[in-house]
Amino acid sequence: MSDHTVKSYDDDLASLKQMLAQMGGLAEEQLANAIDAVAKRDTKLADRVIAGDEKIDVLEQQIEEKAILTIAKRQPMAQDLRQIIVAIRISSDLERIGDLAKNTAKRTHAISEQMPRKLVSGLTRMGNLAQEQLKNILDAYAQNDAEKAILVWRSDEDIDALYNSIFRELLTYMMEDPRMIGPCTHLLFGTKNMERIGDHTTNIAENIYFLVHGKAITEERPKKDSTSTTNYNLTT
Amino acid sequence: MDASPQKSTLSNSPRILAARDTKIVASDVNVYYGEKHAIKHLSIDIPDRAVSAFIGPSGCGKSTFLRSINRMNDTIDGCRVTGDILVDGKNIYDRDLDVVQLRARVGMVFQKPNPFPKSIFENVAYGPRIHGIAKSKTDLEEIVVGSLKKASLFEEVKDRLDHPGTGLSGGQQQRLCIARAIAVNPEIILMDEPCSALDPIASARIEELIDEIRQNYCIIIVTHSMQQAARVSQLTAFFHLGDLVEFGDTDDMFTTPQDKRTQDYITGRFG
Repeated sequence: MSDHTVKSYDDDLASLKQMLAQMGGLAEEQLANAIDAVAKRDTKLADRVIAGDEKIDVLEQQIEEKAILTIAKRQPMAQDLRQIIVAIRISSDLERIGDLAKNTAKRTHAISEQMPRKLVSGLTRMGNLAQEQLKNILDAYAQNDAEKAILVWRSDEDIDALYNSIFRELLTYMMEDPRMIGPCTHLLFGTKNMERIGDHTTNIAENIYFLVHGKAITEERPKKDSTSTTNYNLTT
Repeated sequence: MDASPQKSTLSNSPRILAARDTKIVASDVNVYYGEKHAIKHLSIDIPDRAVSAFIGPSGCGKSTFLRSINRMNDTIDGCRVTGDILVDGKNIYDRDLDVVQLRARVGMVFQKPNPFPKSIFENVAYGPRIHGIAKSKTDLEEIVVGSLKKASLFEEVKDRLDHPGTGLSGGQQQRLCIARAIAVNPEIILMDEPCSALDPIASARIEELIDEIRQNYCIIIVTHSMQQAARVSQLTAFFHLGDLVEFGDTDDMFTTPQDKRTQDYITGRFG
């Protein structure tokens, strides 16, 4: 797209995009460290993740302020207006992703060293998928690539499917050994966090599509998360 | 005028046209100033009882086309118009058409308020009087008061109707000009940048006024303020270098324009 007649308008939009890229990078880093912390039971790393969340929160606020100021100053239209609105929305999704990473890291303290590795590996696998989704969606945003965004949007069902199987697995362990209920519940929340991160990446995908095409995605997103309707009989 | 309402004939016409009667149909209109081809093969359907905004950079032909609708271009030397402009189905460039009658049906408000150097009352009364619209003195008074009320000016001037119109503030003068245009019961009101000489508050009052009267007229406004076009109009036409680039529902034109030139213009990327 060609430049604005008023050069500083381009600077405003560019700095918004740059702040969002920075925020995306931070969210990626937080997520990677959170998964690592849980996988290795590394409480020091977990504490760093917990402390690092504030940086993301500050950036979200800065993006919001910049967006409001740009709207007030430039009265943006069409693509420019979408650019700004979408920046606000994406930053709020990234902020939530940051929160979920932080919440996952917190659980490191509650999952003891004795926890079988096999159990934690489910969370790691979920986390890796979510990480990949997040990376791809941030690339799609940087490149204004709606096609790529759609691919991310569709592949969220993989995360949902994996979540279902881990959900069942953890429930089985809990039924076998009631002492596992505490740590397994933490793992369950951790994997749920990863599933939620996947959902936030699909939100971002929808926003990228809107940014590029000026309309919402009309097709129905494939959803595989059936855990909220799954019923287990614990007496058997 | 007893012509039955026309329906839109253009295949790519905006949604909003489908729901309304078409007031003006222009087909293959060309306007030349001597050698200069100012409007190129323009076809457009303009609906009744709605506000259509014409936007575009200076020299794009929007004012030229506006002036063709009440044949103001007749007064410009070397100006030539070809093609058809139909108002209620009647070609306004027909030889047998009475231009004075046409201009009574098609009122115009200009960029700079231009009240006559007469009293406020006389400014509004002049049109109805020369067109023989008022049957009596009380009739005329009713028309003047009614028009001033419609133009939201009456309350401010009711105690000084005999004062000169030129003594009013810029915004009041512009509303006086709108009252003067309304007084002869026009069907179409053309506004050529009606707010460009006014401060923001006076502009807002004109916009409010346009919104109030749009149910009863076919209004066309030429404006350089994109925000104003977005606020007051239901349809927007974008002109560029004598071409009608895009004509669509205002809500779409300012959010998802189809043509790259429209997009560039409304987002401030050229001009």
